[in-house]
Amino acid sequence: MSATLLGAAQDPAITADFSEDTIWVWLVKAVVILVFLLTSVLMAIWFERKVVARMQIRPGPNVHGPFGLLQSLADAMKLLLKEDITVKAADKVIYLLAPMISVFCALLTFAVIPFGPSVTVLGVTTPLQLTDLPVATLYVLACASVGVYGIVLGGWSSGSTYPLLGSVRSTAQVISYELAMGLSLVSVFIMAGSMSTSQIVDSQRPLWWAIPLAPAFVIYVISMIGETNRLPFDLPEAEGELVSGYMTEYSSMKFAWFFLAEYINMINVSAIATTLFLGGWRAPWPLSAINDGMLNTGWWPVLWFLAKMWLFMFLFVWVRGTLLRLRYDQFMKLGWKVLIPAALAWVVMVAVVQGIRQFVDVDLTTLIIGLVVAAAVVIGITFLIPDKPRAAADDGVRDGPFDPFEGGYPVPPLPGQQLPPSARRLARAARTTVAPDTDHHDTEVQRG
Amino acid sequence: MTALGAAGSPVAASPVAASLATAVADTGRTGTGEATLFWVLAPIMVLAALGLLFARKAIHAAMCVVLVMVSLAFLYVAQDAPFLGVVQVVVYTGAVMMLFLFVLMLVGVDASDSLVETIRGQRWLGLLFGVGLAVLLVGVVTRVTYPAPVGLAEANAASNPVGVARLIFGDFVFAFEVVGVLLVTAALGALVLTHRQRLVRKVGQRELARRRVAGLGKTEADRDAVERKGIAPLPAPGVYARTNAMDVPALDPQGRPIEQSVSRVLRVRGQERELEAVGVVPGPATGPVAGQLPAGPASPGLHLEAGEDGGADRHAPTPQAGAPGETAGPATPITTGRGPEVVP
Repeated sequence: MSATLLGAAQDPAITADFSEDTIWVWLVKAVVILVFLLTSVLMAIWFERKVVARMQIRPGPNVHGPFGLLQSLADAMKLLLKEDITVKAADKVIYLLAPMISVFCALLTFAVIPFGPSVTVLGVTTPLQLTDLPVATLYVLACASVGVYGIVLGGWSSGSTYPLLGSVRSTAQVISYELAMGLSLVSVFIMAGSMSTSQIVDSQRPLWWAIPLAPAFVIYVISMIGETNRLPFDLPEAEGELVSGYMTEYSSMKFAWFFLAEYINMINVSAIATTLFLGGWRAPWPLSAINDGMLNTGWWPVLWFLAKMWLFMFLFVWVRGTLLRLRYDQFMKLGWKVLIPAALAWVVMVAVVQGIRQFVDVDLTTLIIGLVVAAAVVIGITFLIPDKPRAAADDGVRDGPFDPFEGGYPVPPLPGQQLPPSARRLARAARTTVAPDTDHHDTEVQRG
Repeated sequence: MTALGAAGSPVAASPVAASLATAVADTGRTGTGEATLFWVLAPIMVLAALGLLFARKAIHAAMCVVLVMVSLAFLYVAQDAPFLGVVQVVVYTGAVMMLFLFVLMLVGVDASDSLVETIRGQRWLGLLFGVGLAVLLVGVVTRVTYPAPVGLAEANAASNPVGVARLIFGDFVFAFEVVGVLLVTAALGALVLTHRQRLVRKVGQRELARRRVAGLGKTEADRDAVERKGIAPLPAPGVYARTNAMDVPALDPQGRPIEQSVSRVLRVRGQERELEAVGVVPGPATGPVAGQLPAGPASPGLHLEAGEDGGADRHAPTPQAGAPGETAGPATPITTGRGPEVVP
């Protein structure tokens, strides 16, 4: 396409060397990525079900194949063979187009993800990456933002209320969380001095960005869960309220496409988080020191990359198994009033630090230590400010007699209080002594 | 516009440009790859642009614009402006068009544009100006010359984003800041215009929950609107053999319709269906209506004086419990359109 994509003169912003790549190499890489993503999705579904099951103390899928590994394959086959229903009220073209957009855009991201450094296969030396752009990370954001069209159009074209509500929610959600996500990535761009993924991985040689840019990392992790519509941010498909949101009216393969896109997107954002914050394919610290960085060469990096990526996948499942869905207004408040201002403030801070480094000759370590000390001093001073006197905490101990409607509530007896004998029981006891054999008494006893 | 503007360059395309890698900058010519891309994308873009004009549904028009935008982004990337191309997709397709879509979505699937003229003479004026614009464009495009572009290699020497950044934050920093100020002003203006002074205190979820629970200790007459809602969700509408719809009330254990089970909107509009209309005969209309607490001094069983029987205010007969292993059956005989149901 462009000079950059067609393997022209090496762009100065890109570290990976694609000069030996031919059209066959691209083709092989593209097919490998496709196969990798599809098998990863099958694995991810099994993984999620198994891990969530363990968290809920049950075995999870364990019938089909070893450890139930073939369960998702069986589910996929079932979906393929199901009847494909097109709703009568649907806008046919867009109804069909929507899941396609979703899957297509989800598949695009991995083109710029580096799996490892250059390796030599059959005499061809090539990086383990399909391509790289000077704007690779922006390209990923672009793919994600076009992918949302799938959800939005799917919800609208179904011509039904729940999907429409799901897609309206999804639009608002993605727009607000994409801002926080983009801003958290900006600090990585500033520190790495590049938006190319291979260059960003290369810039993490001394230190992974997750450590110095921890706030950005946290913001990214939160917004990536929001971006992929996963619990606790799965409001577009909230089962309890919207049946399953934008995909309510979809069935068979079209539904499977949405499903596929959701899981590929999870893998995508995990891979981005790995590449930008956790050193990409670089070996973790004690391992990277072995034998003069032997584990950072050849095929080893693929292992580290996949391990880190699946760490994030585990995080997704863990969060899903632990947290409850947010209410919509709380969710929006979190996005607009917490994440975006925090991300903005952090970007400004990083920019100031980088500016100081540009114009003043200060060692980064000294600078960071100075900033940490300054922050510690500020935090220390805030401890010296006396707290506002708060109302004494209610320890729940009561001295007086039991008031069943304390504070206007029907309440149980609190510590220190005694439940008075039941009025009904007293009355019954009185009656029993007077007239032991009444019909009424029998039914009361049975009910009691 | 861009399609027309770029249309001239492939004329200069030469098959001699053997190397795909030859950048436009070096020769002033378009590579074969780029020419192919252009001739594939240009017709698509023109068709999509026409689709914008002639599509009946607003969403179809919006999708046509998206197609044009994405194709334009491809062309930008092909012309060695990857930053512009990607930002085009992120900003215009991902954010601006998405906001448009957000509004358009609230128009239903089967809604078409109204073709009624709201401004008199609008069509003729539109046609006039359209023709004027066309004449102007044709005039400009036919007289334009295409000199060989120079300096792209130098501009992109330190990679494309760096080159763009130097231009924006170096040569054009003032213009950039002015645009920034304009955008901030617009955002603030929108905030000010949509700001609403709160007339009453905001009642939060916690306080609402407190009041609803507290309302349980009051009599029906003393409860306000919030307290009357109770703590449990409203009952769902009825599901019967021959109907399962929002507008038919459910039955309480005594076989009487529960008014609250039908959406308030439907009730206010008078769209609620009677039970008889769906072939269900409701039970006798005596006793308290389910879903509402009895209007006693307090809720049963909470405030009992000595000797008072908690079950006394249950006027309606409670069905007898069946023997273990058997169901008790309905309290009142159910009569459908086919006649009374016989309990086996």
